[in-house]
Amino acid sequence: MTEKVLIIGSGPAGLTAAIYAARADLKPLMIEGMERGGQLMLTTEVENYPGFPEGIMGPELMDGMRKQAERFGTRIVSSDVTKVDLSERPFKVWVGEELHESEALIISTGASARWLGIPGESRLRGYGVSACATCDGFFFRDREIAIVGGGDSAMEEAIFLTKFASKVTILHRRDEFRASKIMAQRAIDHPKIEVLWNTTIEEVLGDDLVTGLRVRNVLTEEESVLPVEGFFLAIGHDPNTKIFQGQLDLDSSEYISTEGGSTETSVEGVFAAGDVVDHYYQQAVTAAGMGCQAAIDVEHWLD
Amino acid sequence: MGQNTVKGTDATFVELIGSSLPTLVDFWAEWCGPCKMMDGPLEEIAGDRAGTLQIVKLNVDENPSTAMQFGVMSIPTMIIFQGGEEKKRLVGARSKAQLEAEIDSFVS
Repeated sequence: MTEKVLIIGSGPAGLTAAIYAARADLKPLMIEGMERGGQLMLTTEVENYPGFPEGIMGPELMDGMRKQAERFGTRIVSSDVTKVDLSERPFKVWVGEELHESEALIISTGASARWLGIPGESRLRGYGVSACATCDGFFFRDREIAIVGGGDSAMEEAIFLTKFASKVTILHRRDEFRASKIMAQRAIDHPKIEVLWNTTIEEVLGDDLVTGLRVRNVLTEEESVLPVEGFFLAIGHDPNTKIFQGQLDLDSSEYISTEGGSTETSVEGVFAAGDVVDHYYQQAVTAAGMGCQAAIDVEHWLD
Repeated sequence: MGQNTVKGTDATFVELIGSSLPTLVDFWAEWCGPCKMMDGPLEEIAGDRAGTLQIVKLNVDENPSTAMQFGVMSIPTMIIFQGGEEKKRLVGARSKAQLEAEIDSFVS
């Protein structure tokens, strides 16, 4: 059976697209992926999504969107897409051995946390190394930890981690943060937070558990060991576009390129929305807006 | 709590993992988004394998000492026990198929 529209990804962009497409009677099929709900599943309180004056928990917001999409008839497959063929229509989308075909595609695969790629990092993931402060901060009560990053989310996570940790060291490779002034100041002024400027991390140390970081001062070239039991990463995100490489036009940072103000990609019939396209705004509400645009673009294109 | 999984606590933990059945313990918490993804697959597997595998869900918020004792530092973490002994540890969310493959390598 050939679908009218298949949606890959289940963050705010994908789910909003599904709500609109389902209400337009396009009977969307969503491949939601293992990271169901996207990055908001890793957050706590969302205070800037309109309509929730008291704030709402990220996972709760995503559950609500998912239920709303299902209510209008979206069918959901809970696995990752493993391969696509966009060279002819209907487009082919594989989930393992399972093949789905669709007239139109909406790609909303979002972005995932970036890793440093240094020795020890992946080996000790889950044993003191984490890219999810809200998931794992709890386990570092009264311990000393470090976080790398210089943007707003690094500041936010560092402050969040002080709820548990006895001390949080922010490591940053430059001598100032890229974060907004207010967030940076809040972190710098925090009594439990210390900042190590001009510092890069060379290696995560520890046999079974993190015991420290080998760090280097980029000005003096001096190396030292920072003893910590936890190491958190907040150095930004990379778009999830690997499976589309060579089949869709991507920009120099591997985000999907779209035409003008629309959600059209370089392949007719393939549309893209949310953080997989947008490296500037990256908000739940902007992603949702683009998801809505994508569904409307698909509806017009299928007519 | 689901119909097929067992709720574990600090008080009942030792007894649960000492079961004659192989036991998979899922360490989770309310505030952990990725943990929620495991609810469906674990519930289904517990139903499919009733009588050959026991699945225990342990809330780390309510039962911090067990989580600490087993050095859990990231959730979801799933540990497979046999006769009270840790046999395998899975850190991070998995699909149902991936989980079944991991279980199959231990439990026949």
